[in-house]
Amino acid sequence: MVKPKIAIFDFACCEGCQLQIVNLEEEILSLLGVADVVEWREAMSEKSDEYDIALIEGSITRMEDEERLKVIRGKAKVLIALGACAVTGGVNKLKNNFDDFEEVKKCVYGKAAGKPHLRTAVTKAVGEVVQVDYAVPGCPIDGKEFTYIVRSLLMGKKPEIPEYPVCVECKANGNPCLWQYDQVCLGPIIRAGCGARCPSSGFRCFGCRGYIDNPNVEAARDVINRFGLNLDDLKTKMVLFGSKQEPTIYE
Amino acid sequence: MSNRTVNINVHHVTRIEGHGNIVLNATNGKIEKLQWQVPEAPRFFEAMVRGRSYEDIQIIVSRICGICSISHSLAATKAVENATGIQVSEQADKIRLLMHYSEQLQSHVLHVGYLVAPDLFGVPSVVPLVGIAPGPVKTIIGLHRLANEWSNLLAGRITHPVTLRPGGLTKIPAETQLRELQDRLKKCLPDLKAVADVVLSVAGNLPKFERPTEYVALKETKAPRYAFYHGEIASTDCAGTVAINDWKTVANEYVSDQSTSKWAKWHRASYAVGALARFNINADLLSPTAKAVAKMFGLQKGCCNPYFNSVAQIVEAVHVVDTSIQLIDELLTKGLKQETISVSPKAGKASGAVEAPRGILFHEYEFDRKGNCMSADLCIPTTQNHANIQKDIEKLVPEILDEPEDTIRLKLEMLVRAYDPCVSCSTHMLDVKFVR
Repeated sequence: MVKPKIAIFDFACCEGCQLQIVNLEEEILSLLGVADVVEWREAMSEKSDEYDIALIEGSITRMEDEERLKVIRGKAKVLIALGACAVTGGVNKLKNNFDDFEEVKKCVYGKAAGKPHLRTAVTKAVGEVVQVDYAVPGCPIDGKEFTYIVRSLLMGKKPEIPEYPVCVECKANGNPCLWQYDQVCLGPIIRAGCGARCPSSGFRCFGCRGYIDNPNVEAARDVINRFGLNLDDLKTKMVLFGSKQEPTIYE
Repeated sequence: MSNRTVNINVHHVTRIEGHGNIVLNATNGKIEKLQWQVPEAPRFFEAMVRGRSYEDIQIIVSRICGICSISHSLAATKAVENATGIQVSEQADKIRLLMHYSEQLQSHVLHVGYLVAPDLFGVPSVVPLVGIAPGPVKTIIGLHRLANEWSNLLAGRITHPVTLRPGGLTKIPAETQLRELQDRLKKCLPDLKAVADVVLSVAGNLPKFERPTEYVALKETKAPRYAFYHGEIASTDCAGTVAINDWKTVANEYVSDQSTSKWAKWHRASYAVGALARFNINADLLSPTAKAVAKMFGLQKGCCNPYFNSVAQIVEAVHVVDTSIQLIDELLTKGLKQETISVSPKAGKASGAVEAPRGILFHEYEFDRKGNCMSADLCIPTTQNHANIQKDIEKLVPEILDEPEDTIRLKLEMLVRAYDPCVSCSTHMLDVKFVR
């Protein structure tokens, strides 16, 4: 059997998701046994224009990046969005909350803000520019989930990711509910699959895996009411990883 | 005098974090263009945190960098606490320091083992190294795994910590977990020594190049300790230290007409930060084993060969493991206590600094009385190193212009890599496109 060729590309991001691939440690070696990684700038000097599977990390924030992404899509048989920045836009979408990008640029670059290379556009998830075949959610991605998805694809199976909220996994871990400790936790509306990692460390879920497809809005409202909070408290937390994509819960 | 004509354009230097280019055009021995450029997509973190709660700052800015997310989170949390008047217990402070050490080991092992070693062995990536030196590669993977599991224990996750909150930590590790970690750290010291031996065996491939410059790093004023997390700003060019809140008098960020990025300068045209800077300022405070490793490589205070930054990283890797073994003893002797965080912020403006693996990192924030962020200013190690990289290549290229083009290219790439640049991090980037 010919080994499928995998290429890894990054756009606007912290490259933390690529790092989770490195963090697979010995397991990468077994992955390399069944697939050829032909391009991966962060780890290798080799480059290639021929690949079957393209892994895309990062959000799209400039016109030229849209063009580059379209070229990659044209070459790849399968395109996988890797991590929150690629899947939903992640924290990069916080920028979209500001109407005036000129002001945003000035805030960071001062007088140099007008320089052409500092151009920026509305932050987009990869799926807002090209068709995405599979998504690995999370900030950063979970190494185990990543290997599961890649393995499934290499075996010709469709990977399944959870359709239930983080609360399910959090309860299974036996954690006390963080709402009881005055933390506005997004567990009720965010997609599980992370093993409720943050609440299990005593930190509220801040939504890095994105919303489940049909969040139980009523249950979320109940929780807010029971703990004497208003929707604004929830909104300020939802905006971190869910800017401009959060209407289901409070409209 | 060389009469070479050389055109090198390394578009996106590989095996570094983020995107950077090197351009060299020389005609008949005359260098017409020689630049280190950065075309990374800007992300505007300082603008994006405005309006966000003091509780959420660390979550956002951690995402500046995947490799040094713990350093960014710690610098932010310290700055937030300084600005809003929030106190932290001695225990939380020590656990944070222990968490910070885990990132130094993780990042240094990654950099030396995965990104730099291929150059020393003359291969394009770590993949062929598996065939050439399977033993050392396995040892490096084991050390990287240990560092990551160490971060995971204290930060709740390998990348982007989830246990840091203004006022303390959301989770205190169990005594048994710390004992187990301490055991593993003791056992890994021979592995680190083995990695040092392997690197030493190929250290002759590190180019011999020197350029005296200013080195800037944290220096502890209260305890005699090699500084990563506490202390004030020190320089090899002046005596005394500068308070963290005054970091802008150190960085003096400016836009150069000839430059591709914002540059920083203090006493000279450029300064360097990172492992070599820390070594040059704090070397006498290293652990005895770390000192012995430095000696093995002939690394001495005052070293001004930038390629030796990777050697300083190996020395520091040994030091953080040694020091962490002691730190765990201190924590266990005192006994671990569960903590509850109860804080209320006040209005204020202040900075926080830590040594990220690749150099000193500054975060500054201002908050209103509700704890909402009004402004932010971040100064990243790679930003501080850009001017120094440019000055290095300006001295290096005339010295090597007669060498084969591939060698020139390799030495330039190795130089950039030696600084362990973290380009996604450097939020203050400017880039210029060149017509070739």
